[in-house]
Amino acid sequence: MLRLEKLVKTYKTGDQALKAVDLDIPEGQVLALIGPSGAGKSTLIRCINRLVEPTTGKVWLDGTELTGLSSSGLRRERRRMGMIFQEYALVERLSVMENVLSGRLGYVGFWRSFLRRYPQSDVDEAFRLLDRVGLAHMADKRADELSGGQRQRVGICRALIQNPAVLLVDEPTASLDPKTSRQIMRLICELCRERGLAAIINIHDVALAQMFVQRVIGLRFGAVEFDGPPEGLTPEVLTTIYGEEDWEATIAPVDEDEETAVEAAE
Amino acid sequence: MSAPSTAAPLPIGQPWRKPPFIKRPWLRWTLIIGFIAYLIAAFLTIDVNWSRVYDGLERGKQFVLAFTSPDFTSRSGDIWEGMIESIVMTVAASVVGIAISIPIALGAARNVAPLPIYLICRSIIAVSRALQEIIVAILLVAIFGFGPLAGFLTLSFATIGFLSKLLAEDIESMDRVQAEAIKASGAKWTQWINYGVQPQVMPRLIGLSIYRVDINFRESAILGLVGAGGIGATLNTAFDRYEYDTAAAILISIIVIVMALEYLSGVIRARVQ
Repeated sequence: MLRLEKLVKTYKTGDQALKAVDLDIPEGQVLALIGPSGAGKSTLIRCINRLVEPTTGKVWLDGTELTGLSSSGLRRERRRMGMIFQEYALVERLSVMENVLSGRLGYVGFWRSFLRRYPQSDVDEAFRLLDRVGLAHMADKRADELSGGQRQRVGICRALIQNPAVLLVDEPTASLDPKTSRQIMRLICELCRERGLAAIINIHDVALAQMFVQRVIGLRFGAVEFDGPPEGLTPEVLTTIYGEEDWEATIAPVDEDEETAVEAAE
Repeated sequence: MSAPSTAAPLPIGQPWRKPPFIKRPWLRWTLIIGFIAYLIAAFLTIDVNWSRVYDGLERGKQFVLAFTSPDFTSRSGDIWEGMIESIVMTVAASVVGIAISIPIALGAARNVAPLPIYLICRSIIAVSRALQEIIVAILLVAIFGFGPLAGFLTLSFATIGFLSKLLAEDIESMDRVQAEAIKASGAKWTQWINYGVQPQVMPRLIGLSIYRVDINFRESAILGLVGAGGIGATLNTAFDRYEYDTAAAILISIIVIVMALEYLSGVIRARVQ
């Protein structure tokens, strides 16, 4: 459904962030992208919706090629790619509701959005989503009044109200405490399952990734180093992705976590 | 880990001084002595005519004493008219100037506008800032004649340089990811500005606008001196007639209005943050 073909990104400074990455993501698959800082994870995600312009290569979303699109065509396709950001990226001086509704900007005209007169169906959907993440009562609060976990939930609503086919998730838990991190990851994965969404989740926390996703991609120096199920992440594999380190401590507690997560889910 | 053996012995027991800004002593002392010599020489070139100062003291005293008995009544009609004219000039110039400034500020922010538009808008700002208000006013009085129209145009022009520059700087220092998130939703450029940029710079825009209204009012008092209308014209007339008590009344009115604006801007800025 989402396919990357020989995607290359070379920055003006000469740094090659992506070296001919090929990737195929079937419908409904939740995928974690791991790798050291600077491996090109954020660049990869941003090249898909062209917040960063890829240097060469192609991106196919359901038969539409994205890298060659005009700006209006790109806007139309961006609606189908919901993005969730590190540090939430909510517009802090707008209310929670405005932030959620901003996910509909690709669908409504300028004056409607300027006057905040969204179609009733959008408003209803926004309330349903906020209710789903437990924040319906916060709708008229300003975004900067919320805690980190609450902000990320609003960020999730903003991405989902676009009615996307794929979620691009950039370090969703980077600034959250361990418990909130799990809740956010669980929420994202549940919502993807409910809606049959594919997702690329860019994540630092290997143990957390293993708990929730079906497939893991390991990126190192802009190239795919590992592609397989989470169980495949052995200490040797992690060494090839991240470099030499004692990995037992990272992987060992995962098994327990997985059990507790399963218990919690049941 | 041990310290590298090649390093010099630690200067234990020796006093420590901050290294001087200019390392070479001879250069440092030449600059210091040269500066002092220049300062003395500069003071010596000031030519003071002490008998003129003595005469002038009397006039200065009258001027200061006039503040103890400001005369609001004998020229009340002129003062009132001048004030109204100044206020109208201020409000009109601020509204027009700010309205023009906002698109120019967007164009002058490198993270929002493409390079050609950026260069054009930056040049407009540069021109507006390079020309001092009085010079613009003299030019415009020459073109449009005496009166508030020249003052209004001068203030609008000056507002553009001031507000566009400061607003553009605020836009350039905004949080990029918030705007990026709006872009990622498929928003049009106008929607992106409205949702991603405007909320971030709004408090600054309001603060700057009120400050500019304040400046425009004070400037309107000066512009009258070159014939561009407003209370400045009344003030100028009062000075020409040596009516210091009327001049004092005008100055007091200006001070009161500026203080009121200052207070108002404080209240509004506290509320929009």
